[in-house]
Amino acid sequence: MLELRDVDTYYGNIQALKGVSLRVAEGEVITLIGANGAGKSTTLMSICGIVPPRDGEILFRGQPIQDRSPDEIVALGISQVPEGRRIFPQLTVAENLDMGAFLRRDKDGIKQDLDYIYGLFPILAERRNQAGGTLSGGEQQMLAISRALMARPQLLLLDEPSLGLAPLIVKRIFEIVQRINADSNTTIFLVEQNANLALKAAHRGYVMENGRITLEDRAENLLANEAVQKAYLGL
Amino acid sequence: MEYFLELFMSGLTRGSIYALIALGYTMVYGIIELINFAHGEIYMIGAFTALIVASVLTFQGMTGAPVLILAGVVAVIYSMAYGYTVEKIAYKPLRQAPRLSPLISAIGMSIFLQNYVLLAQTSNFLPFPALIPEFAFLAPVRHLMSSAEIIIVVTTAVCMVLLTLLIKYTRVGKAMRATAQDRSMALLVGVNVNRVISTTFVIGSALAAVGGVLIASHIGQINFFIGFIAGIKAFTAAVLGGIGSIPGAALGGLVLGLTEAFATGYVSSDYEDVFAFAILVLVLIFRPAGILGRATTQKV
Repeated sequence: MLELRDVDTYYGNIQALKGVSLRVAEGEVITLIGANGAGKSTTLMSICGIVPPRDGEILFRGQPIQDRSPDEIVALGISQVPEGRRIFPQLTVAENLDMGAFLRRDKDGIKQDLDYIYGLFPILAERRNQAGGTLSGGEQQMLAISRALMARPQLLLLDEPSLGLAPLIVKRIFEIVQRINADSNTTIFLVEQNANLALKAAHRGYVMENGRITLEDRAENLLANEAVQKAYLGL
Repeated sequence: MEYFLELFMSGLTRGSIYALIALGYTMVYGIIELINFAHGEIYMIGAFTALIVASVLTFQGMTGAPVLILAGVVAVIYSMAYGYTVEKIAYKPLRQAPRLSPLISAIGMSIFLQNYVLLAQTSNFLPFPALIPEFAFLAPVRHLMSSAEIIIVVTTAVCMVLLTLLIKYTRVGKAMRATAQDRSMALLVGVNVNRVISTTFVIGSALAAVGGVLIASHIGQINFFIGFIAGIKAFTAAVLGGIGSIPGAALGGLVLGLTEAFATGYVSSDYEDVFAFAILVLVLIFRPAGILGRATTQKV
């Protein structure tokens, strides 16, 4: 469904991604793990067209998208939940969700998805008229995921959904992510520092170091891999 | 009391015009954090366009309100095109540059537009026809307020309400608010941010042109420099109210207009600017973000 081929991305003169290649198949949950600054978020920003790659190809359903603008990429069916959640602080919860459906015109479908989301996260329904900035961290993460779902994406990119949240809430968020994958066969690309959690939720995983993919395997194999255990699982 | 009311009306009129122009400053600042110094010139170009159209129409034998409306519409459209073009030429190429660069570009654009009108027209004051008709029903209170003042205040109020509705309820309004709050997140939900920025310039320019046409018709003369002075005052109003805040721009405009009117009426017209800027200094000492401005905090 998604394929990166030898992607090089730069911030000014600094090269953040060095020949990154990876594949995501339809309906899969894959995870990209790695240390802080390895280039995980940059990979997602390159896919979304926010920091377009200087070299290499990004294919979505066989079409090259590396030269498309961010709004075109969203329209193709790729949505991102960025690191730090990035809720629009002065928009209400309902308006934030509306923004997620910005490019959609099917009123009935939007209504349906809104009901699905309010079913998934009843707290958001309760707070629909409250400003997004006043929610707690966990609620903001729920809202950020919901906002991305409102675009009815085929591929959902999640950047560090566990960051700064209490363990119980993290567990809840991961359950929901797996449920989204099961309910609507949405493909999920999960970036995480919490490698243990991410590898347990994913089918396959990639390990990134200094802008390069260094390892790729089925999630259970990575969990059993000694090098990964040492570097990322604290075992 | 009568004198007070008269000053109040004159302050309200002035304040309305400041508010109309201030909206353009504050909206642009809200979205791209740029003080668009060429904004006053858009107002001036609006007034000149209206003058040219009005002269042609009057020459054709038209009179009164239809001339005002037609001239106003043409001026608004023309100014929108100018606002759009200024953004494309002077600011868009500098989107990724340090913040000082677009600011300098803005000052350059302002000087360019002033001189362009100076060369294309003249440096002299040109008489502007009084296009706003006198209403018969105002006859008993004519000494307190003129039709022109009423029209200016009412038109401003209507523009404010329309703008507020646009921003609160329409798709483009929501996109503008989202872009102002978090530009790259707006990109991630599929907002075409460049189009939102253009729209903001176009709306701001339209409001400035409305102001330009109304005040020119009220005061009766224009020249190439009116945009500079009105621009500085409107910018002051925007800062006074809290830059980035739309109700703030309206309130700032009114506070500034009333202050000037009362200073002129009760002290001396030589002191109107002194009072205007004294108010600015006082407000900024006690509320650095402006009357309605807020220092935004974000939970992480």
